[in-house]
Amino acid sequence: MSNFSSGDAVLKVEGLVTSFRTDDGTVTALDGVGFDIGRGKTLGIVGESGCGKSVTSLSIMGLLPSGVGRIDAGKILFEGKNLATLPEEEMRDIRGNKIAMIFQEPMTALNPVFTAGEQIIEVFMTHRNMDRSAAYKAALSMMEMVKIPDPERRLEEYPHQMSGGMKQRVMIAMALACKPAVIIADEPTTALDVTIQSQILRLMQDLQKDTGTSIMFITHDLGVIAEMADDVVVMYAGQVIERADVVTLFDHPLHPYTKGLLASIPHVGQHRDKKLSTIRGSVPSLMNLPAGCRFYGRCPYRQPECEQTRPALESHKGAHEVACLFAGRIDAGEIKPNYEALGGE
Amino acid sequence: MSDVILEVKNLSVRFPIRSGILQRQTGAVQAVSDVSLQVRRGETLGVVGESGCGKTTLGRAIVRLYEPSEGTVVFRGEDITHKTHKELSATRKHMQMIFQDPYASLNPRKNVGAILEEPLLLNTNMNREERLARVFELMDLVGLRRDAMNRYPHEFSGGQRQRIGIARAIALNPDLIVADEAVSALDVSIQAQVINLLVELQKKLGMAYVFVAHDLAVVQYISDRVAVMYLGRVVELGSSKDVYADPLHPYTKALLAAVPAAHPKDRKKVQPLTGDVPSPANPPSGCHFHPRCRFATDKCKTEAPALRRLGHVDVACHHAEKIKSGEVQA
Repeated sequence: MSNFSSGDAVLKVEGLVTSFRTDDGTVTALDGVGFDIGRGKTLGIVGESGCGKSVTSLSIMGLLPSGVGRIDAGKILFEGKNLATLPEEEMRDIRGNKIAMIFQEPMTALNPVFTAGEQIIEVFMTHRNMDRSAAYKAALSMMEMVKIPDPERRLEEYPHQMSGGMKQRVMIAMALACKPAVIIADEPTTALDVTIQSQILRLMQDLQKDTGTSIMFITHDLGVIAEMADDVVVMYAGQVIERADVVTLFDHPLHPYTKGLLASIPHVGQHRDKKLSTIRGSVPSLMNLPAGCRFYGRCPYRQPECEQTRPALESHKGAHEVACLFAGRIDAGEIKPNYEALGGE
Repeated sequence: MSDVILEVKNLSVRFPIRSGILQRQTGAVQAVSDVSLQVRRGETLGVVGESGCGKTTLGRAIVRLYEPSEGTVVFRGEDITHKTHKELSATRKHMQMIFQDPYASLNPRKNVGAILEEPLLLNTNMNREERLARVFELMDLVGLRRDAMNRYPHEFSGGQRQRIGIARAIALNPDLIVADEAVSALDVSIQAQVINLLVELQKKLGMAYVFVAHDLAVVQYISDRVAVMYLGRVVELGSSKDVYADPLHPYTKALLAAVPAAHPKDRKKVQPLTGDVPSPANPPSGCHFHPRCRFATDKCKTEAPALRRLGHVDVACHHAEKIKSGEVQA
């Protein structure tokens, strides 16, 4: 099921280091991030606030704020090119055309002064060199493809006249307009109600089946990962700490952070007589990271070595990779969690 | 029924829609429509629903942050619906609120000690020493380190700020706390910490919660009973166990079916609910849910179903019996 090791990767990220200049000095937001996205597959990237999942997508798209954020090292390989060093003119041909993006806030991603139709038509005219009437027809068929009811009328509407779900459909229509090889979806359903979220997830799955597009799906929601992903990358404080195919990750998480994350979500069917597992403490500041494992301060399995030695992402079994010095021994039950050592919650 | 701490009877809240240069009222949004429910001492009532369902308005009308248009709110046996602002201050000692964004609800110019001391200063006769002891006690209760007392809200993470908000809410030992999306903005690992804290504090201090949230799993986890709202109306009300195990209202069913799977092997196969949530300014006739309901008949288009008892739960659906017995199916 996993395709991390296969050669059929449409996008490959290697050792990506991205930093931001701030008033308080340089912050390394991504520190050696790597993964592949398989052709026609969905890669889920999951992590909490500040883990670097959105910076990863901005780095790939070449959308880091200029003069503030920059890629210091690493490669982003796509169709034989390294996007990390590609000049802006060439990047413009790829962005929105071969790699498209869907954002969390369709209201801010869509231009409020143009109708939905004008915005989709523009995509076709810019990237496909279509004339206006051909672009209109193409836009109409995109609207039908994303199942927007009454598409002729909707093309004439402005973003503020549409509901959140409808705007996200328009965003998806725009993203799909150029038949991209990869769609990067950054929390595309986080702002939506649960019944609308399930419509949009279903739509993305159906469209992927029809078009064969690969999807990089960024979310904080493990439920959405369970619904959508083929493979999963778990990020923590700017690093990839575990990657596996989705079933393996849920059945057999290895990293103490992944274990904690999975255990801390309440599920429908669970009641409060059973206390929720938590991860003690909070994510370390990127300004002040520990020398060794970045999860050290919160890890119930930690050993003295973890404080100074930084674990590399290594294969555990086949394509299942984990960045934990003691993953094998924890998995074998040789190291037990010690919550007392961490102090209060 | 002396154990009822809060009784809401036929509560409606309308907001005027004003337009034109004269800002004349041209319509009204019926945010909450004829809602009746009770909260018992020490229990948690979850209020769940999607955007625009009125859950936040209901919570705020209970603590009188919004004025009810109709109906009554009885708290601790006292009708507080028409109390003046001044009269309410005595009531508010016993009823507190926790907000989604603790940062917006904490004074950025005051340190934690001052934030927690304020309600004691205004509402009790404690001397300085007693107040300090109480501030420390509150910080211990919510798991904040005592040495954080002199720090300001911006120095804390979201989860810690929510702990400050909770400490302030429990400062005067209230009987009821209305929590509005209190854990929604938090990362999952932190969310679990705050949920555990709320459960633990309730066990220790015995206050009741009205827990308003959109996350169905969180609401089920924390609640004894659940009210499901749709476009201003309560469509189903019952014990959390009954409502989640065997939802009767087609909307509750659809809502639960839309929750993402807990495991990739349980991926949802059901067809998602179609259509958008209609605008509360212009809700559909009859049963508000009928345009999206697969069981809807002509009766549903014209006649609003009342909330009525069926088995262990209250449900507002004309066809609930048939749905329950499996007589009608999608």
